[in-house]
Amino acid sequence: MVSDITGFDDKRREVPVEVGAADELAVSEDLEYVETGPARSLRADALRRLRKNKLAVAGLIWIIIVILIAITADLWAPRWLGDPVEIDSTTAAERMLLSPSWDHPFGTDKLGRDVASRVVYGARVSLMVGVLAVAIAVTLGLILGALAAYYGGIWDAIIMRTADVFFAFPYILFAIVLIALLGPGLQNVFIAIGVLGWPSIARVFRSSILSVKENEYVDAARAMGASTRRILIRHIMPNAVAPIIVYATMSVGGAILTEAALSFLGMGVQPPDPSWGNMLDDARSFMLTAPWLMIYPGIAILTTVLAFVLLGDGLRDALDVKLKE
Amino acid sequence: MIKYIARRILQMIPVFIGVTIILFILRSPGVVGGDPVRMITGERAISESLYNQIVERYGLDKPIYVQYATYLNDLVHGDLGTSYQKSRPVSDILLDKFPNTVKLAVAAILIEMFFGIVAGIISAVKRYSFWDVLVTFSTSVLVSLPVFWLGLMLQLLFGLKFKEWGLPYLPLSGMSGSEFPDIVYLIMPAVTLASVSTAYAARIMRSQLLEVMGQDYMRTAAAKGLSSAQVIWGHGMKNAMIPVVTYFGLDLGAMMGGTVLTETVFNWPGVGYEIFLAIGQRDWPIVMGATIIIVFIVMVLNLLVDISYAFLDPRIRYGRQVA
Repeated sequence: MVSDITGFDDKRREVPVEVGAADELAVSEDLEYVETGPARSLRADALRRLRKNKLAVAGLIWIIIVILIAITADLWAPRWLGDPVEIDSTTAAERMLLSPSWDHPFGTDKLGRDVASRVVYGARVSLMVGVLAVAIAVTLGLILGALAAYYGGIWDAIIMRTADVFFAFPYILFAIVLIALLGPGLQNVFIAIGVLGWPSIARVFRSSILSVKENEYVDAARAMGASTRRILIRHIMPNAVAPIIVYATMSVGGAILTEAALSFLGMGVQPPDPSWGNMLDDARSFMLTAPWLMIYPGIAILTTVLAFVLLGDGLRDALDVKLKE
Repeated sequence: MIKYIARRILQMIPVFIGVTIILFILRSPGVVGGDPVRMITGERAISESLYNQIVERYGLDKPIYVQYATYLNDLVHGDLGTSYQKSRPVSDILLDKFPNTVKLAVAAILIEMFFGIVAGIISAVKRYSFWDVLVTFSTSVLVSLPVFWLGLMLQLLFGLKFKEWGLPYLPLSGMSGSEFPDIVYLIMPAVTLASVSTAYAARIMRSQLLEVMGQDYMRTAAAKGLSSAQVIWGHGMKNAMIPVVTYFGLDLGAMMGGTVLTETVFNWPGVGYEIFLAIGQRDWPIVMGATIIIVFIVMVLNLLVDISYAFLDPRIRYGRQVA
């Protein structure tokens, strides 16, 4: 089953959040060391914990590598590997469906294009969708979640009931129907994933604000005469935002999966432009004769999404956020 | 208890109305942009009289709230409209396809229950062991795996390569045929559909069991001399299973919507594949009808899960949230 923006299917309906009272220097129970030595800032402490998590570090390194590959693609991919889109008609016939070799490390496709080059350019699409769609979802979710938590009453009712309606739809089905109506294309993929993602973020942020609001240090700040604005920005936001960071990281992985699924169904990035999803769609017809067409884009999706999931897990432990699974 | 059920059903109604509004807005194409008649006919040229006929027939000239009322009225009476391409009532088409999807989803849930629970128990009981690390890491891999790719790889390995190597192989796609008994056709699609959910089930099982194992009554049970197997089976599992069972209920609903990809990869003639085909043919009544039915089924399943949960855990009945 495919995932929603959180990652993962429709498990998002239950994401009550308990924010670890980060101010109390909570130490995750899984960590087997005793907090000693001089006091550190919260961020430094979280960073130190993240560094100890080898899987999360590996994920982060892989993400950085993929980003670098995507950004620098123009500099080397077309020259070393071949153009990802253009078909060289003079040589296409003899370069069709070549198996992986020194010249074409991932082989070539049915039109003689280099698969490695297409995978490299596919990374651009995936990262762009991942980051932009999640940015849309997070922006909408933060605004609406904060409105609901802060003003309460009718605002809360309207926003959260609307979120319930969104949750009633199986995620991937809703995405498919939306794209079917909006029309295929990368831009609509952003919109669909972004619009469908806000309810989870809003829900997480809302409950996060609500629980932070109850902390004694908020009362203390109020007693000292701090303004609402100051309390919100200085005391509530920094503590309420941790679950969002974790959630957004995992969501990038989910958005990449969703884009791949939509493109696989022919509803996302349109040929000849390469995307990991539409390459897999092409590969279906050559499953036996040219399995490399199918293997490399799939590995690219898997490793990239996995990197975001591992990093998200690591951040969750480091920031001591309890997102319910 | 009855009060609780009544309250939950009442809560469901506005959500369902919200769903119909969203679907109505989406399917009345004037809102999304574009000519509603063109949504029906596609791009081919049509005469003006035919154009007017279509407007008349679908009530496209009426005010939007009248159109919505008509839509809701039809829905309540079980009328999902007529397929543009097949000229058959959508409800008939869906009735043909639903049993196949249910068959697939139930098979997937069974796979998920078995592997999810077993992996979760091993992982929790042998915490921090090699097996625990293996299970935890495999669940991360499984949730990162594009399902359709998993399906393709299974086809390549068990369908094509095994045949090539002269090993016992599995059918590539479809639901029945002369070569294999029907149940064999179910194996690969069901495994594919179950993959991600199994990972979640294992994670939930693990964390629940770990939580229960830290409880005082577990220590008491051990202190009165029960073996660790007795403690875990007799005292731990009962308590740890409630959220896991709940998860399976919710997941069965989620699978209904998630079958589009799996069914498309395996050409499984269920509702998901039907939706995929209908989108390609711009057959909106099928797409919308199937969607609303799936949403409805998901909502009812969630309701049943909540009720059974409340039945098992009295705290919920009395309105206390158990996170």
